[in-house]
Amino acid sequence: MTEQLRLAEQKAAVVLPEPFVKWFAEKGWSPRAHQIELLAKAQGGQSVLLIAPTGAGKTLAGFLPSLTELAGRPRRRPGQAHRGIHTLYISPLKALAVDIERNLGKPVEEIGLPVTVETRTGDTPAHKRQRQKLAPPDILLTTPEQLALLIAAADARRFFEDLRYVVLDELHSLVTSKRGHLLSLGLARLRSFVPALQMIGLSATVAEPDELRRWLVSQNPPGPMAELIVVIGGAKPEISILDSEERVPWAGHSARYATPEIYNEIKRHKTTLLFVNTRSQAELLFQELWRVNEDTLPIALHHGSLDVAQRRRVEKAMGENALRAIVATSTLDLGIDWGDVDLVVHVGAPKGASRLAQRIGRANHRMDEPSKAILIPANRFEVLECRAALDANYLGAQDTPPLVNGGLDVLAQHVLGCACGAPFQADALFEEVRTAAPYADLDRPTFDRVIDFVATGGYALKNYERYARIRLNKDGLWRVSNPRVAQQYRLNVGTIIEVPALNVRYVQAGSRGAASRGGRVLGKIEEAFLETLTHGDTFMFAGKVLRFEGIRESECFVSNAPGSDAKVPYYGGGKFPLSTYLAEQVRAMLDDPQRWKKLPEQVADWLRFQADKSVLPKRDDLLIETFPRGNRYYLVAYPFEGRLAHQTLGMLLTRRLDRAGARPLGFVATDYALAIWSLADMGHMFRAKKPSLAALFDQDMLGDDLEAWLAGSWLLKRTFRNCALISGLIEKRHPGQEKSGRQVTVSTDLIYDVLRSHEPDHILLQATRADAATGLLDVSRLAEMLSRVQGRIMHKNLEQISPLAVPIMLEIGKMPVHGEADETLLMDAATLVEEAMGTK
Amino acid sequence: MTVALAMAATLADTGAVRIAGERAICDRRGVLYFPEFRLLAVSDLHLEKGSSLARRGTLVPPYDTGATLLRLQTVIADYQPAIVISLGDSFHDGGGAARMHASFRERLEGLMVGRDWFWVAGNHDPEAPADLPGDTVRELAIGSLLFRHEPSAVRVEGEISGHLHPCARIVQQGRSVRRRCFAGDGGRMIMPAFGAYTGSLNLLDRAYAGLFRRETLMAYMLGTERIFAISHSMLRPG
Repeated sequence: MTEQLRLAEQKAAVVLPEPFVKWFAEKGWSPRAHQIELLAKAQGGQSVLLIAPTGAGKTLAGFLPSLTELAGRPRRRPGQAHRGIHTLYISPLKALAVDIERNLGKPVEEIGLPVTVETRTGDTPAHKRQRQKLAPPDILLTTPEQLALLIAAADARRFFEDLRYVVLDELHSLVTSKRGHLLSLGLARLRSFVPALQMIGLSATVAEPDELRRWLVSQNPPGPMAELIVVIGGAKPEISILDSEERVPWAGHSARYATPEIYNEIKRHKTTLLFVNTRSQAELLFQELWRVNEDTLPIALHHGSLDVAQRRRVEKAMGENALRAIVATSTLDLGIDWGDVDLVVHVGAPKGASRLAQRIGRANHRMDEPSKAILIPANRFEVLECRAALDANYLGAQDTPPLVNGGLDVLAQHVLGCACGAPFQADALFEEVRTAAPYADLDRPTFDRVIDFVATGGYALKNYERYARIRLNKDGLWRVSNPRVAQQYRLNVGTIIEVPALNVRYVQAGSRGAASRGGRVLGKIEEAFLETLTHGDTFMFAGKVLRFEGIRESECFVSNAPGSDAKVPYYGGGKFPLSTYLAEQVRAMLDDPQRWKKLPEQVADWLRFQADKSVLPKRDDLLIETFPRGNRYYLVAYPFEGRLAHQTLGMLLTRRLDRAGARPLGFVATDYALAIWSLADMGHMFRAKKPSLAALFDQDMLGDDLEAWLAGSWLLKRTFRNCALISGLIEKRHPGQEKSGRQVTVSTDLIYDVLRSHEPDHILLQATRADAATGLLDVSRLAEMLSRVQGRIMHKNLEQISPLAVPIMLEIGKMPVHGEADETLLMDAATLVEEAMGTK
Repeated sequence: MTVALAMAATLADTGAVRIAGERAICDRRGVLYFPEFRLLAVSDLHLEKGSSLARRGTLVPPYDTGATLLRLQTVIADYQPAIVISLGDSFHDGGGAARMHASFRERLEGLMVGRDWFWVAGNHDPEAPADLPGDTVRELAIGSLLFRHEPSAVRVEGEISGHLHPCARIVQQGRSVRRRCFAGDGGRMIMPAFGAYTGSLNLLDRAYAGLFRRETLMAYMLGTERIFAISHSMLRPG
């Protein structure tokens, strides 16, 4: 027995009540050191952050302080008033809350604890929610959105007055989004109700634990961070990259080449979890596997767009170990464990090393046995990325995105929520808000502008004073001006914006709806995708090839398209750009031929070929290649900064090249590279320094060019829409309301245009620009890159395309530039008409 | 006057149409001009839509009336029409004219000086706008043309209407463009909505069923530089 363990046992005897010691013993377990340590710290009155890999008994550790305290509490006698909530558990997923209820039920029952545990989510029926208000459970399991609703209720302060602990699960995934901002404000509110409240954060490994430690406790004034307990991962996972017999393609995302090899792995294991990055990849892989599934193994499909009933069936079968393989997207991504998975296959690039660690944690939830995983790169750059991710995992490096300042749109929502709960005083609320880590740096003028926005829209033209949503009364308190405001708030709470989607319903081939209303609903697909289909187009969904029959109200009708190939592929684009850390690893690998030995031979050959024909970029350099092809001239840059930053760079460079007379025609961006094509010889222009590459890539492009481009960009309009919805400027659209809403609702694009031209400094535009910088445009990352490569740009003018350029050249024409309305399209159509009618 | 003729001549290249034999120009800014009558028609201004929403708690920027009037001012300055017809739903609700800020009212009245101005009654504003000059009418016949707010269910040659806020969408190679549009089949014309906050309804929606002769129906889509005439068969829903 190690010294550490012995100490832990001694400590356990001190802090762990007798019935718990007995329970562990009956189970043949002993409490883990971190469980006891957490309990001791919590009993000492501190907030704690527990960082541990999946399977380390994190959940039990998180609840031990509550369970032991509740165990010692006298039972409520009949007639005695109900006690309030003792512990609040918050998770990012509804499913996780339900899962925890099941898992927690066991020790509670077996130890015989007088503890009630209940969930409260969007699915909880109204009568149960009402009952929970009157007779609250000791432990309430819920989501950030439900917390926001509870806080906006008139009885919030009373409801939470007995609260002792808040347990925050999967904290690392919560804090990086606007959901995290809203949650941090909710917790600040709870702290003001109950100053002694303790937070217990549960998280997977993160790069900067101190950020989370601060996040858990009040930052106004900044005191000591939450205590930290780190559990080092158990056995190292066995991860390999598929060394395929087949040729790894240059480009594409399907990994179709590896299907037979994947199938063989499925046959060799009990249960295989196959992860992909997008829904369309999931559909494709599922189809491909069934094509080769000679033994008709039970292989299932699971992604967020499928009908709920279908998903539940798959989850149930998985729990019963009735499946041999499940093809899944991120809906199964967080710490839900079901069944005995003995292999994880990751198809496509894992994008961020921490995502990889998370996904691999799925296999084999017993900590001491190694997890087993195979990475399947879909193309050659992904081979490099997989290799880098793999090295990163062995190094234990984790790269969750850095935390950003809290969104002002989220703050606006919270301010209104507070007013719905009880009248507030601006000074006090300002101090309270600044206790939340994301808002610790908020200044008073900005806060006052947010209040002004919530009250009357915050416009310079004071036209709306009489329509105020909240008003400052003589007693110095802000109050909701009328009960309808609170009602509206409750319908719109939260920061999750759903993309408009239509039900996909099965009908008989050729029927256009009316006669076949009874068909089964397969799931939901984004309206934007369906709108690009015409009658008869085929596409893949729910594991089937479907024929598009038409759209009727909020439903899309489809029929079976037996035996045919899907005509319309849909690549929604990887939602997660290549992380900064991985990008650096990939560049380092390119620069170090020694490391190529670990790569598959064909990929190493490809790099050698590149070294021969052109050059490989140095680790901190930016390589630019120029070459002619057909009657066009091409520029290919290799920044490895992710698709979003490249897209922004592409927009800005084409503007500059246009001014320099290069007559650029278009560009395409991937996670790794950017290609621009033009009519003029750019290689020649750069050599003549008209313009020089240094000038072209100068950081000043982030000034006026960015402003000018941003102004009309659909990306910014989309970002504005999210801010407008979250801040409560306009209401979220509800299904069914769409059609009748034409006269009532007003499109955010129109509001954006009007607001930008009349009041460019409005607080909502300020919030939009802040979002864009880190979100869809990734300007912050582009800025870092431009400053890094100053004086380090390497230009290679070539006679012909280089090996490294092949993948991106293959993407040209395949990747649509979504959303950017293009009048050339109209021009083409109009010309067709003119020709046909002989008017031209 | 010469200015107006010159303008009409250059635009005739792209936006010229005939409605029941009358020559007209579909201006890409969303107005219809009849050179023979020096008549400018504009539809669905929906002035004060912003404040109408604000009354119900949606505090959209209060600049829509100003923005709409500014655009109207520009087209009126370009064409210098003798007659202006606002084809109904000029105000988003009956109280709109009364709510309008004094500065906007002045600007609007300035536009009306020296020309005949007709307010066609719409479903949003069935009554005459409070304290504003101009004549309020249910419908108006000029030459072979008939101006009214809602298109009649039976086909009327020469009818110019609004109300439906038409837009059109085309799709090519998985990409799509959606714009407001004029919809006309040579016999009647439905105008796009002009107001800054007005939404739009696809020309293929059921609301348009039976209104047009499909064989000759064209969508005149509003581009940033010009009008694009697109035939009915190329249009897509959504």
